[in-house]
Amino acid sequence: MIPTGHYLLLSAILFGLGIVGFVFKRNIITLFMSIELMLNAVNLAFVAFSQALHKADGEVFVLFVIVVAAAEAAVGLGIIILTSRNRRSLNVERVDLLKL
Amino acid sequence: MPTPAHPILDYLWIIPLLPLLGSAINGLLGSKWPNKIVNIIALGSTGLSFACALEAVREFHGYYETRHHAFVKPFFDWIVAGNFRAGFDLQFDQLTVVMVLVVTGVGFLIHIYSTGYMAHEGGYYRFFSYLNLFMFFMLILVLAANFAFLFVGWEGVGLCSYLLIGFYFLRQSASDAGKKAFIVNRIGDFGFMLGMFLLFRSYHSLDFQTIFDTVTNGNVGVEPIGTFGIMTVTCLLLFMGATGKSAQIPLYVWLPDAMEGPTPVSALIHAATMVTAGVYVVARSNVLFTHSLTAMYVVAIVGCATAFFAATIGLVQSDIKRVLAYSTVSQLGYMFLACGVGAFGAGIFHLMTHSFFKALLFLSAGSVIHAIGGEQDMWGMGGLASKIKVTFWCMLTGTIAIAGFIPFAGFFSKDAILFAAFNYQFNGKVLYGVGLLAAIFTSFYMFRLIWLTFGTQPRYDERKVHVHESPKNMTVPLMILALLSLVGGWVAAPALWGGRNYFAEFMAPVFGGEKVEGAEAHSLEMILSGVAVAAALVGLIVAWRMYTKGAKRPALAGAYKVLYNKYYVDELYQTVVIGPLMWLSRNLFWKVVDVGVIDGTVNGIASGATAVGDTVRHTQSGNTRSYAVWVLVGAIVVLAIIFWPILHPVLVGGVR
Repeated sequence: MIPTGHYLLLSAILFGLGIVGFVFKRNIITLFMSIELMLNAVNLAFVAFSQALHKADGEVFVLFVIVVAAAEAAVGLGIIILTSRNRRSLNVERVDLLKL
Repeated sequence: MPTPAHPILDYLWIIPLLPLLGSAINGLLGSKWPNKIVNIIALGSTGLSFACALEAVREFHGYYETRHHAFVKPFFDWIVAGNFRAGFDLQFDQLTVVMVLVVTGVGFLIHIYSTGYMAHEGGYYRFFSYLNLFMFFMLILVLAANFAFLFVGWEGVGLCSYLLIGFYFLRQSASDAGKKAFIVNRIGDFGFMLGMFLLFRSYHSLDFQTIFDTVTNGNVGVEPIGTFGIMTVTCLLLFMGATGKSAQIPLYVWLPDAMEGPTPVSALIHAATMVTAGVYVVARSNVLFTHSLTAMYVVAIVGCATAFFAATIGLVQSDIKRVLAYSTVSQLGYMFLACGVGAFGAGIFHLMTHSFFKALLFLSAGSVIHAIGGEQDMWGMGGLASKIKVTFWCMLTGTIAIAGFIPFAGFFSKDAILFAAFNYQFNGKVLYGVGLLAAIFTSFYMFRLIWLTFGTQPRYDERKVHVHESPKNMTVPLMILALLSLVGGWVAAPALWGGRNYFAEFMAPVFGGEKVEGAEAHSLEMILSGVAVAAALVGLIVAWRMYTKGAKRPALAGAYKVLYNKYYVDELYQTVVIGPLMWLSRNLFWKVVDVGVIDGTVNGIASGATAVGDTVRHTQSGNTRSYAVWVLVGAIVVLAIIFWPILHPVLVGGVR
């Protein structure tokens, strides 16, 4: 059996990659996928704990996260499409109209 | 539900509540209504209140027969803190009987009169709303069963006097007079509040009954003259409040200026009711005052001095209402003189008769002013007797009453006061002499007023001014008051020829037995009565000699000028108190404290916030990824704080 620590390490690595991607990339689609990566890293940690502690709470949480992620994907992709139509660009640094 | 034994006494709040309702209805809704509806509400509420007061007096008579103590009923808790309680408690006893009947009765007559006098004035509904509100507060003042609730009425009448004096608020002098009355009253109120605090400190209660019973039954010694114990200080502070409200030296200056208000206001507030509040408080607290000879002496001296001082100013004034105003101050001085020498009953008696004849005089003066088209200067009148007969006879009745001719009301009350002063243990003869001199002056200036106004030849332009008698709703109250000024003193009349003084006997439960009559004292009183009438006669004759033959305005010179300018007291206050205060306010409180400290603090905080915002707004770059970095940093910080207990030993241990 794979020890829980390994799962957590993998989760942490994935989460870190998500953060790095989010912070350093400019393409909105990439940012979006980085977020998905972080969410899934969290999901992995949840199920790992659920397995280790013999409790179903973590799995239930994972289901919630997936639902939220799906909703977010729907809304987020809609925003991305509108942005790309308006700006003819997917560069996040050009979406700064609210800046004073 | 069984009917209560005392339908009105058990629901005593109805007496003050009715005028309050009238005030609220007229004040909130009356602006669109014709005068008739306003009249119905204003007169209806006060008239009903008077009727209720009469019924309450009747019931109290029966109540007192069986129980032999004052009727006190708590209606509502107001302030409850620890074992202290001040409630909306009403009290009804012999002193209240007199006060309530005077307030509602004379007040009702003045309301009737006002419907005629104010008929052509703007703000009709507003006037009656204020007038009713005043009645409400005055009734609270006289019905309250503790000092705190009394103070509600006390402040309320101050407020209403401000509103009514400044009724013609478009006129600068009227609004100034309103402010003056309010501010001068506040000075007195300050003392009154300190007095209340001292009472609370001494007796842990503000209820009349509790305090007075404690003083009467406990071992509270009488503080001798010249000492300033706790009781003396308390009484003097209460008396300070009374000097403000009742216009005594040194706080009398507001009352003559209060004549800026409409004449019925002068009659109601500044003659018959409000100014008596101070006398009422002193009389109500008679148990306290009798336990401090110093305080009594001070009250007597201030009263006597005011009576004399105001009378001298009244000698030369040319404005008909101002003469009456100074006469009011002077008569109030008599009342305090009576209280000071221990004759509280005589003081309240004079309060009652004075409210009759002074209301009569003011209302008559209003009728004169009304008749002659707004003129108030007596040098612009003259020869009115044959043209406005009813007003003339009523005013003459009031004049005779205030001058103190037997058998009019003023004779009996003033006589009782002077007799009591004569028998006072400390300088009684001096107080009596000054009081008698003031009585001569009173008689003089009142008959001077009569001759200048009604006697000799007209000094106004008869072609321009059409003199006309006032309507019925003004003359009828005059006639009723004239009748009261005649018979009002007769309750004490039998005492003159050795019989019973019904008024003093009636008041005995509140003031205790006042004096023991002997044959010797009685013959002395007869002599003093004769002297008093002679004094009034002297004033009459002097006025007659001076003003029957072609009166003309004298030149301002010498003593006349000093008196005409009221001893320059207003100017003195202006220089000594108001001027420096204004200077201090302008240069310190306005320019330094207000502009510098208060505005500076507020503006400083605002500009500081702007500066901080200016700096911090650069963090809001609008760049999504920089926000992400901030979130990340924040998350790391939060995690570090949460896990600090674990991290700390690891880090420290690692360094080692």
